[in-house]
Amino acid sequence: MRILLDNLGKILEGFQVTLVLFAGGTVLALVVGTVLAAMRVSPVPPLRWAGATYVNVVRNTPLVLVFIIIVFGLPELGIRLSFRTFAILAVGTYTAAFVTEALRSGINTVGAGQAEAARSLGLTFGQTLSQVVMPQAARSVIPPIGSILIAMLKNTSVAAGFGVIEATGTLRELGRDFPQALYWLFFGIAAGYVVLVLLLSVAFRELERRLVVLR
Amino acid sequence: MSSVLYDLPGPVARRRSRIGSVVGGVVVVGLVVLVLWRLQDRGHFEGDKWEPFEDPDTWNAIRDGVRRTLQAAVVGIALALVLGILLAVGRLSERSVVRWPATVVVEFFRAVPLLMLIFFFFLAFPDLGSFGALVLGLTLYNGAVLAEIFRAGILAVPRGQSEAAYSLGLGKRQVMQQVLVPQAVRAMLPALISQCVVVLKDTSLGYVITYDELLRTGRLIYDNYFNIIPTVIVITVIYVSINASLSALANLVERRTRVRTGGAPVVHAPVDAGAAV
Repeated sequence: MRILLDNLGKILEGFQVTLVLFAGGTVLALVVGTVLAAMRVSPVPPLRWAGATYVNVVRNTPLVLVFIIIVFGLPELGIRLSFRTFAILAVGTYTAAFVTEALRSGINTVGAGQAEAARSLGLTFGQTLSQVVMPQAARSVIPPIGSILIAMLKNTSVAAGFGVIEATGTLRELGRDFPQALYWLFFGIAAGYVVLVLLLSVAFRELERRLVVLR
Repeated sequence: MSSVLYDLPGPVARRRSRIGSVVGGVVVVGLVVLVLWRLQDRGHFEGDKWEPFEDPDTWNAIRDGVRRTLQAAVVGIALALVLGILLAVGRLSERSVVRWPATVVVEFFRAVPLLMLIFFFFLAFPDLGSFGALVLGLTLYNGAVLAEIFRAGILAVPRGQSEAAYSLGLGKRQVMQQVLVPQAVRAMLPALISQCVVVLKDTSLGYVITYDELLRTGRLIYDNYFNIIPTVIVITVIYVSINASLSALANLVERRTRVRTGGAPVVHAPVDAGAAV
């Protein structure tokens, strides 16, 4: 217990890094995921194929392998970034595939009449998607996106295997230095994750409640 | 499918889309060529980088890696199924003495990163070894996730079914075993298979605690021959083909079950800590 309290600063620093990875990954995953989802429903066949290929390959690849490709592969191309940036790229590009699928199924839940009305008013594909369908789809995909982002929060822990000392990495470091306090450290850091997951689910439920529209 | 989003492209739009595709294609091909050229510059495509893959020993190592990956996945899934059933029964129990502990266990293990569980077991119980730590982590995490899948499946069976069964004089156990479970299993099957893909992918976390599964085998190969790019390509192809076949099976089962029940009900899923990501 004392060791847990003595190292509270280190543990909080670890969670700070976890949150940085989470924030960076969220932005990347949502942006890339939205673009890919638009590609998957677009009128241009090659865009649809490219989107589908990305989703099918990435969803079936283990996250650790994505990390290896980015952390060891990009430097081979002459791209050298910090481990933290690499980790954000890895969790972001991985999670984007799942965001794409959630958005796509959300787009499919929007009533056909909405898109038909938009088209009959003369809106183009881009306008139909961005001004009529996506805003409605976004509401119905808030719960699945919330689940995906919670999973991403947990997935940032894989960065611990690739040179980033975030919360899970802190457990490994402190667990080696203080093996006698391993249980305290584990349950302390686990409690941190539980709190973060709870906060995220409450936030998404609130967001859903505010945005939900009866149709 | 979602052609409702746009009018059938006319001649002008088709021409524009074709020109765009060609330009986009050229850009993509250009990027790929740039990447290959850079890799070529560093000698990643010289014959000797691929030579290890002409050696049967390399393939033997990869086969052993696949075997160890499948071993961890199968043992993990089997134990997780048992744990998941126990926890689901616990969460559905009418006694709060049983319900509360089961709820706490499920919520705890779903909220903690799997890698952290595996690290902890690896450090706390050295006797388990890397295989034991990996399987224990997979079991506890996926047991908790499966428990929620089972519970949701049972609760999704229309209430009239259990009411009818009770009114026929069946006991609680019989209602569960003969009425609810058979119907729930059919609905849960796609989610179960998807979870198998997740477990298979998660066995790669063994890489971090030096369990020689497929990914770590790949690492040993490229550390030995300095041929990271060819090895990563081979390993990725193996993972994607195994997982894509399982995902395809899940889709097939989902389509089959949907036909049988005549249109799946629209389920409003709440925010879930154990998403299959």
